Amino acid sequence: MSDATADAQNEAGKVLAADGTPLKKSLRRALRTQKMRALLLIAPLLIFVVVTFIAPILDMLFRSVENQIVSETLPRTVVELREWDEETGNLPDEAAWEAAYKDIFYAAERKLHTRLGTRLNYEQTGISSLFRKSGRGLDDIGEVYQDQFKDLDKSWDKGEPWASMMGSDAFNDAMSNWKKGDPLPQFEARAGIAEVLPETAAAYDWFARFQLTEEEKSLHKEEPWTLVHWALYKDLKAGDVSGYTGPGAEMLAEADALVDTPDFETIAIQDAFVEFDEDWADVEVWRTIKTYSPPYTSGYFLNAVDMQKSPTGPEMRDEDERIYGLLFKRTLFMSLVITFSCILLAYPVAYLLSNLPMRTANLLMILVLLPFWTSLLVRTSAWKVMLQQQGVINDVLVWLGLVNDADRLVMINNQFGTIVAMTHILLPFMILPMYSVMSTIPPSYVRAAKSLGATNWTTFWRVYFPQSVPGIGAGSILVFILAIGYYITPEIVGGTTGTFISNRIAYHISSSLNWGLAAALGSILLVVVLVLYWLYDRIVGIDNVKLGG
Amino acid sequence: MADQVNGDAFVAFERVQKSYDGETLVVKDLNLTMPKGEFLTMLGPSGSGKTTCLMMLAGFETATHGEIKLDGVSINNIPPHKRGIGMVFQNYALFPHMTIAENLSFPLEVRKMGKSDREAKVKRALDMVEMGAFGGRRPAQLSGGQQQRIALARALVFEPELVLMDEPLGALDKQLREKMQFEITDLAHRLGITVVYVTHDQTEALTMSDRVAVFDDGRIQQLDPPDILYEKPQNSFVAQFIGENNTLEGVITSIKGETCEVKLDDGQVIDAVPINVTKEGERTRVSIRPERVEFNKERLSPDAHTVKAEVLEFIYMGDIFRTRLRVAGNDEFVIKTRNAPDQVRLEPGTQIEIGWLPEDCRALDAS
Repeated sequence: MSDATADAQNEAGKVLAADGTPLKKSLRRALRTQKMRALLLIAPLLIFVVVTFIAPILDMLFRSVENQIVSETLPRTVVELREWDEETGNLPDEAAWEAAYKDIFYAAERKLHTRLGTRLNYEQTGISSLFRKSGRGLDDIGEVYQDQFKDLDKSWDKGEPWASMMGSDAFNDAMSNWKKGDPLPQFEARAGIAEVLPETAAAYDWFARFQLTEEEKSLHKEEPWTLVHWALYKDLKAGDVSGYTGPGAEMLAEADALVDTPDFETIAIQDAFVEFDEDWADVEVWRTIKTYSPPYTSGYFLNAVDMQKSPTGPEMRDEDERIYGLLFKRTLFMSLVITFSCILLAYPVAYLLSNLPMRTANLLMILVLLPFWTSLLVRTSAWKVMLQQQGVINDVLVWLGLVNDADRLVMINNQFGTIVAMTHILLPFMILPMYSVMSTIPPSYVRAAKSLGATNWTTFWRVYFPQSVPGIGAGSILVFILAIGYYITPEIVGGTTGTFISNRIAYHISSSLNWGLAAALGSILLVVVLVLYWLYDRIVGIDNVKLGG
Repeated sequence: MADQVNGDAFVAFERVQKSYDGETLVVKDLNLTMPKGEFLTMLGPSGSGKTTCLMMLAGFETATHGEIKLDGVSINNIPPHKRGIGMVFQNYALFPHMTIAENLSFPLEVRKMGKSDREAKVKRALDMVEMGAFGGRRPAQLSGGQQQRIALARALVFEPELVLMDEPLGALDKQLREKMQFEITDLAHRLGITVVYVTHDQTEALTMSDRVAVFDDGRIQQLDPPDILYEKPQNSFVAQFIGENNTLEGVITSIKGETCEVKLDDGQVIDAVPINVTKEGERTRVSIRPERVEFNKERLSPDAHTVKAEVLEFIYMGDIFRTRLRVAGNDEFVIKTRNAPDQVRLEPGTQIEIGWLPEDCRALDAS
């Protein structure tokens, strides 16, 4: 025996298998196949769950902090606003306005500005219409310049002269040879044009790429955006174009001369914006844009706990704007009440079920499960019929003379209605775990307690009840977690005072389309549940929860 | 079978009947009295009514008819918790959510005993079963044998005069069971308590009890001390149920006082003691214990009848030899001989003659 042990150990004291490899290693190898097989067996479900459950949840949770829409739609504005000190109360400088003009113009061409407006509208009401109006009016700015250039030379209003001036010769050749149905050529800027006309080149580049890829139109046919004319004015005003010798050099020189004449009409971006909507002159709008310009934001979460961002940091909203704290508190409170009523109602039933002879117990069990097999909507609607003021219960009470016909009880569209209906609907989830635990308590414990001299009450309280606690725990967790996220029943019978946070989440998902806020509310709900679960584990111990056996 | 003993019977069943469904009687007309301090075992196959009797005594079942008396007082209408009877259950029924000490303290708490008294008694009870160090543990942390001791201690801690045990050793392995059998009887005699013990293990019943009540079909078939039960079974059922037994079937040809002659079915004639046969011509089943059969003629009285037998199988079992024979058409006739240096080892196929003392051979009912 001791020899064999010595044989199986090398100098390092490791136990070796028969072939000399360390025992641990060969054990691992032997188990690997088993593990792989187990993994393969669960793989279909795992993939299904990851794809259809975990990934959407993570994506949804991510939306609660994601805020890239602002910096993606207004990239230049966001950069310009960094320099702006919003606390002075002054509006941003001209550069920011111009950046906003360019960003919104480009966004409007791609029809993205309204989406941004909707997003910012969550933070400040009115921004949505501000963006919509501005998007419509933006051409007014460029047209001022476009008209004057056009009056000077008709070519300024045509596609081809622009294209030949801004695009390379190769591109223009390709464009000339292009026939409808062929793939459009890639835009290539003329060498050196960006040095002469930087703004124009940039604006034309957007225009060209957008036309070629999104609209699929020939640049020789399409006149450029009014933004490009404005950009041309900016370049001519700022720099000297005499060095340019390419196509259209002449008309460019003429335009340059025109721009410098005193009666050349210009328009300040700021004035134009304020004319679209005077809200642009409101510092708050710019503050909102600046506050929500980072790609990630805590704004949704602050909103979800009735707070908002302010120049001095997060602060509570006004008293009359706070709703989510109330809703969370109400959801927790009502879920607790529902769980507690379920315990009270389910315990005697589960006790009876587990102590009756098999046949009677099975019959009773079917009665318990029967509502379980009925549609949730049907059951909830049935409660509506029962509880409403012209409903069964009120009718009976009036008929009995217990309630005056004039003041029938209000039992629905309030908290009472929600609690009654949800207690009924969630009752099986409490009965079943309780029953499965109670049916494993051997009757000999009760007999033993009695033979030891305990009265019926002492036997129940000291011996039976402590052993049924795991069932209560399991049922309570189940019912509470189901209740806290319940949606349909409070929606139907909750009215205004009996709705849950989930109804608000559903509203933001399907009506207000503020998914970020919905995601933040959902995340908070999830965290609350996890924290409660953790607390429960600390206090009761999750080992004490049994769903059966 | 009612044993009309004395008026100071401690436990008495008087004409007790029990039916669960109103159609069949599980216990039929049970009469039983026990003096104080007796260790009585109810033995029988499952469904024989022995556990029902125990449950009626404990108060968990009510008797359909008849009276159960404890110390002269009818307890039919006293609820179980007021009967003051200790009970040990088959699965021990130790409360899993309490420690061992709390389990033992429970019967004292419900009797409103003071804390220091309780602690002293719990300690004494734990020491009594040699489990003093285990007070702080939970039942699940103990082995089966340890749980068994705790269950015993709990049933005794409140000092009941009567303790019921419902197959308490059923879940233990053989060695532990034998050890516990001894411990339980020892403890019972030391404390002078009265014990009603239910089991279906006849060895357990024989080794532990002062008296054994053999149950079958809702009746006590025989109520006697173990040796009487084994050596003088009153009917075929008891003879078969207790210990190993050989039976031969035949017809009574003559009865002369304490002996009778039985003509076996193959024509051979043997002597026997008539027990519950009354007249000639009646069919009978003759019962002989394997260790009372002799094949050495010198040890038999000269006028004893012998029977022809053929050796079928020889089994060496260490302390004894077990030989299976064919006797009068019965292939299962077994004899046991002590392993002694001069003992003959019978070869299979050998024809021998066997015999026995007439008083070891009992002519019983044929049913």
